[in-house]
Amino acid sequence: MNESTNGAPLIALHNIRKQYPAVLAVDDVSLSVRAGEIHAVLGENGAGKSTLMKIIYGAVLPDAGRIEWNGSPVTITSPGEARELGIAMVFQHFSLFESINVVENMALALPGKYDLKALAARITEVSQRYGLPLNPWRSVHELSVGERQRVEIVRCLLLSPKLLIMDEPTSVLTPQAVDQLFETLRTLAAEGTAIVYISHKLDEIRRLCHRATVLRGGRFIAEVDPRVETERRLAELMIGREFPETQRHAQAYGPVALEVMALSVPGDGPFGTALDRITLRLHAGQILGIAGISGNGQAELLAALTGELPPDDAQSIWLNGQPVGRMGASARRKLGLVNVPEERLGRGAVPPMSLTQNALLTSYRQGLVYRGLIDNDATTAYADNCIREFDVRCGGNTAAAQSLSGGNLQKYIVGRELRQAPKVMIVAQPTWGVDVAASALIRQQLIDLAARGVAVLVISEDLGEILEVCNQVAVIAGGKLSPVRDVSATNAQEIGTWMSGLFPQDEPAPVVRAA
Amino acid sequence: MPLRLPFRLIPRAQPSQRMLLIAPLLAVTLTLVVGLGIFAALGQNPLVAFRVFFIDPVSDINGVSELLLKASPLCLIALGLAIGFRANIWNIGAEGQMYLGGIFATGLAIHFHENGGPWLLPAMILAGAVGGALWASITAFLRAQLRTNEILVSLMLTYVADLLVKYLVYGPWQDPQSNNFPFTVSFSDDALFPVLMNWWDWLEGTRINLSLLITVVAVPLAWLFMDKSFVGFQLSVAGLAPAAARYAGFSEKRMVWIALLIGGAAAGLAGVTEVAGPIGQLNDRWTPGYGFTAIIVAALGRLNAFGIVLAALLMALLYLGGEAAQISLQLPKAISQVFQGLLLMFLLGCDVLVNYRVARRMPANALVNA
Repeated sequence: MNESTNGAPLIALHNIRKQYPAVLAVDDVSLSVRAGEIHAVLGENGAGKSTLMKIIYGAVLPDAGRIEWNGSPVTITSPGEARELGIAMVFQHFSLFESINVVENMALALPGKYDLKALAARITEVSQRYGLPLNPWRSVHELSVGERQRVEIVRCLLLSPKLLIMDEPTSVLTPQAVDQLFETLRTLAAEGTAIVYISHKLDEIRRLCHRATVLRGGRFIAEVDPRVETERRLAELMIGREFPETQRHAQAYGPVALEVMALSVPGDGPFGTALDRITLRLHAGQILGIAGISGNGQAELLAALTGELPPDDAQSIWLNGQPVGRMGASARRKLGLVNVPEERLGRGAVPPMSLTQNALLTSYRQGLVYRGLIDNDATTAYADNCIREFDVRCGGNTAAAQSLSGGNLQKYIVGRELRQAPKVMIVAQPTWGVDVAASALIRQQLIDLAARGVAVLVISEDLGEILEVCNQVAVIAGGKLSPVRDVSATNAQEIGTWMSGLFPQDEPAPVVRAA
Repeated sequence: MPLRLPFRLIPRAQPSQRMLLIAPLLAVTLTLVVGLGIFAALGQNPLVAFRVFFIDPVSDINGVSELLLKASPLCLIALGLAIGFRANIWNIGAEGQMYLGGIFATGLAIHFHENGGPWLLPAMILAGAVGGALWASITAFLRAQLRTNEILVSLMLTYVADLLVKYLVYGPWQDPQSNNFPFTVSFSDDALFPVLMNWWDWLEGTRINLSLLITVVAVPLAWLFMDKSFVGFQLSVAGLAPAAARYAGFSEKRMVWIALLIGGAAAGLAGVTEVAGPIGQLNDRWTPGYGFTAIIVAALGRLNAFGIVLAALLMALLYLGGEAAQISLQLPKAISQVFQGLLLMFLLGCDVLVNYRVARRMPANALVNA
């Protein structure tokens, strides 16, 4: 590994500042990265990481500050100029055309005209050199998420960048794919490429990065060597106070609350994933996690379970001993099945409506509607209770849902659903995009909820979260569900292997002890 | 290379609620200013034209009566449309639904021409609402079951309804004494809304009738439905965030049916108030496009029941002013449509500026140092 902690910086940002209409996104931040260095930029959502990276990549112009490239001042006013300097960026959300193949996608992004065959040969060469195997002639829609990320990375590497920016690259990868990616990045760094690595996953930063710049609320907090810091210390730098830990309770399960029997549904849209005979059983008091890389049937499973798109077979889903397969979302909610969707703004909440109105969205059976008319006092009181009990930071019950941060809105939605005294709660990506402190609070609430006898199903891409919160875990891959394992009887390696679809098929589910 | 304007629009983080309410007033003001400019360009004294257009029509009790007579159906239709528009269900065919309301009411009126009674008018009102709702239900069925576009279907059905009216008044329902002119017999008194001047002498000479009561009752009911009822809330959710409506389990088909049936019934009622009101018969050119103008009224009134009342009065004034300008200034008939168009354009323009701010484009070689 190249230990480039000395020498002149390749890129240096001095006193960068960027003001958006409502928020000072970056406030007097300086950052320097040397050739061959893997430099972490660490911070919670809203810390200013993304804005800072967009400034380097020329997508956003700073209001004040200087940028130096190899010691000389530069202005980067467009991504095109950034690429000319040798700056490449792999975005968190991929920008690939699904319906054409890999080499065509690359040719579209590269300047000038290319002979596709020659380009394919170069792609193969580059992808082999850096351990990123790719078939250039495959259509993008056939590729897994990990493979799509490889396409994005190889596309950057074709330009032989001097500085490579990676924005949250591991959020969609299996543990094995993460290891492979890290090898690639270390190889690149050893060849002298500077890498800026944006993440909030502290263990990864400690394993990979040489230096870390910590941002909080748009301001520079510290520059540390992550290899010698503890995760706890990094987390405290990031959130600015002590890091709460989740408390587990002793487990005792009640009767079966939710049972899914050989549920098969067609994929949602041309690139959806069909569910193939999903069978699972969820007891009162149990927290079952469904891990897996997104796009493997989670959306279809969620829609079938919540009743948004009910399957044809009424017998495929049972709720407290009652077949509910053909029931819609409202009828299932009446029977005690609530859910917190992955997409908070626009699905879990109506963006321009107030928190009070958003309470009505799902809690209308809690005495908030009288003879068809909305009871304003009851609805306001309901919203106030959610805000108070779940410590939602907002401008009161009249604040629009869209004015809340992701974490606070998630706390509000979780609170709204919990107040309906559910029997089964389904949560998708409970802490995706939520800051560390709110994540800890939400995870604790799920654990406490199960302790009160509610059956909880967590569908998440974040394996660490599932292992922290759940009693049992299963993996969904290619629309099939793996066997269920006790969390204590498995590990990240096994689950990671299963996430790529390699799990024993048709193994009988382990018997879960009843209380 | 896309068109590169020297400025661009940036969405505002939080559009001002106050400006959202001021925008319609601003649009009206701008329409007036530009309108006066048009008068001047047509060789008229702008101040005289302004008086003829906006003051004279409502300067006596007869003018106010005519204003209310025009505003009432506009308001009624716009209230019904607003309920659908809130749910993003775009019923553009209120004109056709209004024709069907008129046809259904006329059917009763001429069938019981000789032997009516006090029950006839209430029956016609009911029949008109049913007729409008039935016509709208074709659109609702196609949208809910086959996912057709309700804008196209409702609009095209308007032309079908227009032909249906023409067929009836040139054919089976034509008045035998009409000398082949396309209209039905004049309705008997039992089939007409009572004129208010029968009860109040100070209304002597005016045509205002009891149908105004329908609108007066409809306004608070529509407000209650849109802003206070749970169904109204569901419709708003469906319009603002369709995914949230699906998540909450609000049935989209149900929303489509509710929105279109209410819109159709309101338009049908407006049809009855016309044929059983000032017109007193069915003929082939009995409406000045109320069903289409009501779309502007609903937008100008911010889809709010009380806003729609004000907007309907304003649009009615534009109709009257246009007629007055034709008569006393010899201006072309199109002048009211010009005003309607100006008003809608300024309203949409103001809305853009409420939701976006204009920023100058940075020159390509801007310095990073501030």
